[in-house]
Amino acid sequence: MEMRGIITVVGKDRVGIIAKVCTLLSERQINILDISQTIVQGFFNMMMIVDLSNSTESFEKNEEDLKILGNEIGVVIKLQREEIFNSMHRI
Amino acid sequence: MITRLEVQETNKMIEEAKLDVRTITLGISLQDCADSDINRFNQKIYDKITKTAENLVKTGEEIEKEFGIPIVNKRISVTPISIAAAGCQTDSYVSVAHALDRAAKQVGVNFIGGFSALVQKGSNPSDEILMNSIPQALAETERVCSSVNLATTRSGINMDAVKNMGRIIKQTAQNTKEKDSIGCAKLVVFCNAPEDNPFMAGAFHGVGERDCVVNVGVSGPGVVKKALESVKGKDFETLCEMVKKTAFKITRVGQLVAQEAAKRLNVPFGIIDLSLAPTPAIGDSIAEILEEMGLENAGAPGTTAALALLNDNVKKGGVMASSYVGGLSGAFIPVSEDQGMIRAVEAGALTLEKLEAMTCVCSVGLDMIAIPGDTSEETISGIIADEMAIGMINGKTTAVRIIPVIGKGVGDIVEFGGLLGYAPIMPVNNFSCKDFIHRGGRIPAPIHSFKN
Repeated sequence: MEMRGIITVVGKDRVGIIAKVCTLLSERQINILDISQTIVQGFFNMMMIVDLSNSTESFEKNEEDLKILGNEIGVVIKLQREEIFNSMHRI
Repeated sequence: MITRLEVQETNKMIEEAKLDVRTITLGISLQDCADSDINRFNQKIYDKITKTAENLVKTGEEIEKEFGIPIVNKRISVTPISIAAAGCQTDSYVSVAHALDRAAKQVGVNFIGGFSALVQKGSNPSDEILMNSIPQALAETERVCSSVNLATTRSGINMDAVKNMGRIIKQTAQNTKEKDSIGCAKLVVFCNAPEDNPFMAGAFHGVGERDCVVNVGVSGPGVVKKALESVKGKDFETLCEMVKKTAFKITRVGQLVAQEAAKRLNVPFGIIDLSLAPTPAIGDSIAEILEEMGLENAGAPGTTAALALLNDNVKKGGVMASSYVGGLSGAFIPVSEDQGMIRAVEAGALTLEKLEAMTCVCSVGLDMIAIPGDTSEETISGIIADEMAIGMINGKTTAVRIIPVIGKGVGDIVEFGGLLGYAPIMPVNNFSCKDFIHRGGRIPAPIHSFKN
């Protein structure tokens, strides 16, 4: 069963944010379906759509570890199920 | 595919405007627990509740994590105890309240509702036992909530019970006077009580419901307020459209959470309650929405109209977003739980009489209002009777959750703590209604209830 998640990364820009996030995802067999990213006034803002159906870890563990990674590199990383956005913005 | 801006909008609602799912309430029928022995009955209800709700809190927390939306409360509602316990040979249901309290603590829910009776037309011996057990039950338990339905549009108002509840509210206040009469914050009287309401203190699991059901209460006054900031100064059409759109979005999230919870708990989904429910947190206030519409303070002339349009458009937007809508569905206007309302009372803008007018167009009624502890039983009954009449004639739910704070008077502040908040004590019109209340009997159903 496909399980899609949305990862958002917000914070002060620095070298290697995407690399660090992507490394964690690839280690866990989480496939990136789409990336969109922008920098506004030095603030890094990224959204990824990912497929977690082959993830080696549970959703909760992924969510927690991404949060921890965010703390380490000074940005806020969230992983949420895609359905919450679909239900709010799509009929 | 979802866009970055849409993701941002949702997450801003959650992070900045305090969007949350206010409660997942598991309704559990206790009708199959009937027993003539009260100890056996208590054991049966404890076992059924703790088994059925075993995973409620855990499931709620999982959903919270996965979707990134806070679910503030996980709660339980049960069959009105006056019905479930009617077969017990006893003269007090206080031990039942203890069993409910223990069950609530065991499964980790913060409130359990259903220490209730439905007496709109008359009370049977079990209803009498329940009502008389309320003051002691609420003083000795922590998480049990109690409600009594005193009137319906179909049956009229049971004025004997209205009189009785004036005394019981006073007694409950007296029994919990060391804690600012907090017992009364867990007690509500209704006209036209809904059987699927997920919100406390009035939640109970109606007898027309199935064995077990998940009801979800959404919230989000902060989100509506934020959205209205973007239409400052625009006409009413624009204002109403904005409320509708926002209510739609909020409710869709509630619907998702409700379906997810139902699936994971393996319990059927009941209803979404579309209520805008404030909390004492800054920015989570109904009064601030009214202010955003252009009122200096809640209570100013125009308040009833503003609340009416808010309530109506929340429903119009919300109904479209959910397959089943029920419960109270509308805007709550509790005083102690809403920063803006507290501020309005302190400023002298909001009186009990204005609140009464507002209850004609809000979803519930006089809610979390602290009054002087020396208010007479009859005056409390009179306030209840007025509110019941508004509900009965207008075919809507109305309620009274009023706290006569023993030992305190107008000008004092009472602190309930947590989600119950704090409130300045409001003055009450003390001209007597004693002879009216002591007449006894029933007020007949209104003419427009005869629809057959």
